[in-house]
Parts: sequence; C-alpha cells; structure tokens
Amino acid sequence: MSHIGDYNNRAKNFTWAEAEKELGYGPGNNINIGEYCTDRICRMGKGNKTALIWEGFGDQSRVYTFNDMRLLTNTIAHYLTTLGLKSGERICLFMDKVPELYFGFLGILKMGGIAQPLFSAFGPESLLTRLEDAQTSAIITQKKHVAKVRNIINVLPHLRHIIVVDDDGSKPLREREVAFHMDKAERVENFAVYPSQAETPSVLHYTSGTTGKPKGAQHVHYSLIAQFMTTRYVLDLRDDDIYWCTADPGWVTGTSYGIIGPWSSGVTQCVLDSGFRADAWYKFIEKHKVTMWYSAPTAIRSLMKEGTALVRKFDTSSLRHLCSVGEPLNAEAVIWSKEAFGKPFYDTYWQTETGSIMISNYPGMNVKPGSMGRPFPGITATVLDLKTYEPLDRTGVVGLIAFRPNWPSMIRTYWNNESTYKSKFKNGWYISGDRASIDEEGYYWFVGRDDDVINTGGHLVGPFEIESALLEHEAVAESAVVGKPDPVNMEVVKAFIALKPGFTASKDLNLDIMNFVRKRLSPLAMPQEIEFVDSLPKTRSGKIMRRLLRAKEWGEEIGDTSTLEND
Amino acid sequence: MSDVKNVVLNYVKKEYLEEDDDREITFETPLISGGIVDSFSMVSLLVFLENKYNIKIPPDEATPEAFDTVNNIAVLLKRYKVE
Repeated sequence: MSHIGDYNNRAKNFTWAEAEKELGYGPGNNINIGEYCTDRICRMGKGNKTALIWEGFGDQSRVYTFNDMRLLTNTIAHYLTTLGLKSGERICLFMDKVPELYFGFLGILKMGGIAQPLFSAFGPESLLTRLEDAQTSAIITQKKHVAKVRNIINVLPHLRHIIVVDDDGSKPLREREVAFHMDKAERVENFAVYPSQAETPSVLHYTSGTTGKPKGAQHVHYSLIAQFMTTRYVLDLRDDDIYWCTADPGWVTGTSYGIIGPWSSGVTQCVLDSGFRADAWYKFIEKHKVTMWYSAPTAIRSLMKEGTALVRKFDTSSLRHLCSVGEPLNAEAVIWSKEAFGKPFYDTYWQTETGSIMISNYPGMNVKPGSMGRPFPGITATVLDLKTYEPLDRTGVVGLIAFRPNWPSMIRTYWNNESTYKSKFKNGWYISGDRASIDEEGYYWFVGRDDDVINTGGHLVGPFEIESALLEHEAVAESAVVGKPDPVNMEVVKAFIALKPGFTASKDLNLDIMNFVRKRLSPLAMPQEIEFVDSLPKTRSGKIMRRLLRAKEWGEEIGDTSTLEND
Repeated sequence: MSDVKNVVLNYVKKEYLEEDDDREITFETPLISGGIVDSFSMVSLLVFLENKYNIKIPPDEATPEAFDTVNNIAVLLKRYKVE
C-alpha cells in the first residue's frame, strides 16, 4: 500500500497541517531546513543510518551517516561564520555533484545564509549575471571551476570569499580565495542553528524567462512542509528505501528532492557524479539496490535508445517506484519503462517557482501514458482561458495551467524583481506559463510553453540571454534564438543569425559561434544548430518575431503575420 | 593515426578545459564519462570533427561511447578513412 492510498480520499481530506504535525512544527516555531534534515533525524535515533552514498569520476566513493552529515553541516556552518558571513547573505554553491555541495547547502541554511546553487557548467557570463543580481557574498567551488570565478572577480566587489573545497596547494590561491577541506576540518559537535522562521529566505534558484535577465526565485524555510509531504505521497519514500535522484542541485529538483525531501524524511540516498552512460547507470542501480528512482525524460529517452537488452544485463529488480520530472514524459517512454523495468515512470510536473510537485501521477493511481496526472492534494489547479484568464469550464480545451497561491513552497518573490513576480498573477491565480488541457477524469495533458522559453533536457533556457551573448560575438549583427524539436532533449537551441558586413557564413564560423556561447553561458545554451540568414522577420516596430521562426521549426501554422514588416 | 589523435587531443584541451585546469589528459582519458565533455558540448566536438575532416557522422554513430576517449574517436574516424 502506498503512502497516499486512494487519491480521491486523500485529496478530499488533505490539509498542510498534516505535514506540520508530522514534522512537529507549529505556527510561530522556528523552522530551519538544515536542522530538520540533520539534527532532527539524529534525535529520532537514526544517527548511524546511511544518509549519502556517493560515487564520482574515477571510481571515487564516499559514504556518510546522518550523524556525519549533522557534524559536517555544523562544521561548514561554523566555518562560514568564522569568515564573517551573516544570516541573510547569499552564498553560492558552484560545484559538481560532490558531497560538499549537498552538505554545503544544508550548512549555509544552518547558519542563516541564503543558499544560491548554480549549475557548475555555467560559463563566466552566466555566473556573473547571477552573482551580480544576488549581490552574492561568498562562493563555494572546486579547483576546476575557480578560473571561471577569477574571470569575473574584478567586477564583483561584494564577493568577499571564494572558498575552494579541493585545493591541493599545487598553485597559490589568489586574493579573496581560501581553502576549506570538509572531510579534514575539525568536526563541530555543537552549532547554534540560526533560528529561522517560516518566512525566512532559504534558497535562491535562478530561472530563465523570455525577456530580461534570469530571475532569482526566492524560497523560504516553510517550503519544507510541501517538499516533505510531496516526497511522501508522490515519491512514496519509505524508511528502508535507497533513493536516487539524478538531478543536479544547481536546479530546483536537485535541492527540493535531491536534498530537502529525502533527508527531512530520514531516507538514504545515492548520488552518481559521473555524467550519463546507460551501462554505468544500470550498474549503479544494481550495486546499491536502488528502490526509488527520480529521473528525467531526457535521461529516460537516452536509456531507451540503448534498448532493453542492455537493461537485462543488470539486476534492476530492486526498483520499486519510478518518477520523472523536467519536461513532459512521452507515452512511449512510459510504455518502454514497463517493458524494461516492469513498472512505469510516473510523471510529475512543477517548476522552480512552485518549489514542490504540483501535478502528478501517484502510486496506485491508473497512469494514462503521456498525461501529467492530477493536482497534488491541497493544490487548487485549473487551466485558464488564454485571453480572459478565467477558468475553462469545458474539458479538452487548451488553456494556461494556473494555481491558487496557497501552498507552502511557492516562491515569495523574485530577488530584486517584485514587479515581474506580481506580473505572474492574474485574477488571483499564479500563471505557470505552460499550456495544457484537462480531460473528463481530471487528468492534465501538457501542450507546450506559452512563451519563448526553451526547455532543453529538462532545463529552461531564456532566448534573450543567448541572443545577448551572441551580440557580443564580432561577426553577429543580430540573432533570434528558438527551441527546435529534438527526440532526446525535447528541444535544443537553434540560432538564426544575420552577420555583420565583412563576415561570411562558413562551417568554421558556425563552430566558433557555438563555442563562444558554450564558454560564456553554458553547454545548455550553446546553439546546436545555426542558420545564417540575410535578415530576421520583424514587426513594423522592429521587434524580432521569434514566433514565426519557431513555428517553422515545429512545422506549425505561422498564424497572424499582419504586423510583419515588409522587406 | 597519431597525428589525428594529437589534433583531437589538443582541441579537447584547448576547448573543454578551463585555463587553470591542469588535469593530465591522454588518448585514454574518459572525456564523456570523465566529466570533461558533457553531452551538450559533445555536439561542438562532433561539428569540429566534421569540419576538420570534411565528413558527416550520423547521430547513431555519434554516441557517448564513441566519443568517450581520443582513442575511441580515432577508431570512429578511421571508419571514415581519416587516419
């Protein structure tokens, strides 16, 4: 029997107070995610239970108990305070999926800092945008990434500390850089955890939009209530589970369900920090007897490409429950997983802004392959008319997915950008920016984005940020960036580029531009395809009509072109 | 063949390692499973090879395994008469 039991009964009787009671939280009490995931679990008698099994590149491995994690997060929190860092300061985590990233996250929260995790593949320009906006005070990173920080340090006067977790002394550190070795540092038994309250800021995740710079989605410690409860009812985690969330904590899934959800539940989790290879992933499941696996459609489709014969070479019978997140899970992938693992992947839907799962398929519920599932108990969801923003009263009609903002993990604002945050609400609904329809049984069916944001491999990439970077290339006069369909990543970045006079389109220029964006922003943002054009379609007011270019890529109707400028 | 391998190796060092990254990379160093070239960046490595040797490698041959080491890439290129 699953934790959620019968979905309809659970939805009828659910209140968030259920989670508060379970976590021993009452209104007005202190609530610190770092403390809840470590000290509290130890007080429950699970100090000797394994918290993290980690494997990295080159056969490295480390194992930590909950008591180790309590002590190490204390140690990190203490160290940060000795540097003079205070509550409310933004502390960036810029690392691969190493244990220091996971424990650093909780250590920052324990000392009252705001954790700002950033994807370690980001280039200097992506990093600069986000550190500048958040006025980040410190960054915790690895030797291999420190050069990217050095590239931008001169324009970040507020960044006081660059903490390198694996410095080996082979090269001298520079100004503002310090070495800190988590496993070698003297462990701190007692640390006075910061007395955060429900609305105390906890995490800042940057997310991309169609226009403007990336926005810092600001979460609070009370988000724990929703992350804990959705972990229980959607991921169905149990005390004896071995859980594997493949997401990187540089993105929200990696923190909400790669740190907070499982560890506040006292569950053992595994982390594999060695990129993607189907055989290595199956071996990891076999070796650690993974029971619950939370992954992403891009990974699942990549596994599909390798076929079921490869799966059969490994013992994956430990798997009890599978979930997916990041982009819509196509019906073929659900059907394939039944064939390969004897059970379907359950699709889940949510966003950086929502902080926790909003619409999902639940264990025990009939899965309709290709459907997003139904709203989480306690979540009021609907689809709104595209023009009036009123809930649609007919099934099967496409509208905007929207939620009544009454759940614990909704962001409280965008950092330094309250006006954009407010613009996300219409008629009292939070507008997700995604389109869907609802069928007669209340299942949601994803249709696509309502804006130009590109979902590639489960990560949102803003076209504006890429177009801005492209303009910095000496050959680019103007550009338009759109998502192009891709069988594995759902979408990949495609750039239409008009060159400056004196430059000629060539294969070498194509590669040069690709690498230019990859190094400045990130591999995700790198155009996988570039089309050189003489000019870009524009409105009479001069705005580039990405919509036309996107429609062409997707083989869709171009729609209204009445505002198109005549050449 | 070693010329081809050296060309690929030097390109990987130049394009995919940070300036201060002093990791030793050889013909046998895992690039994809070693975290030096991720799956998105692999596309730019593919484009480099296609441009450099004037060949077209279809998607089903441009796999993470085929690109995992310089030696593997050399084996792949050999099928296109590049050696």
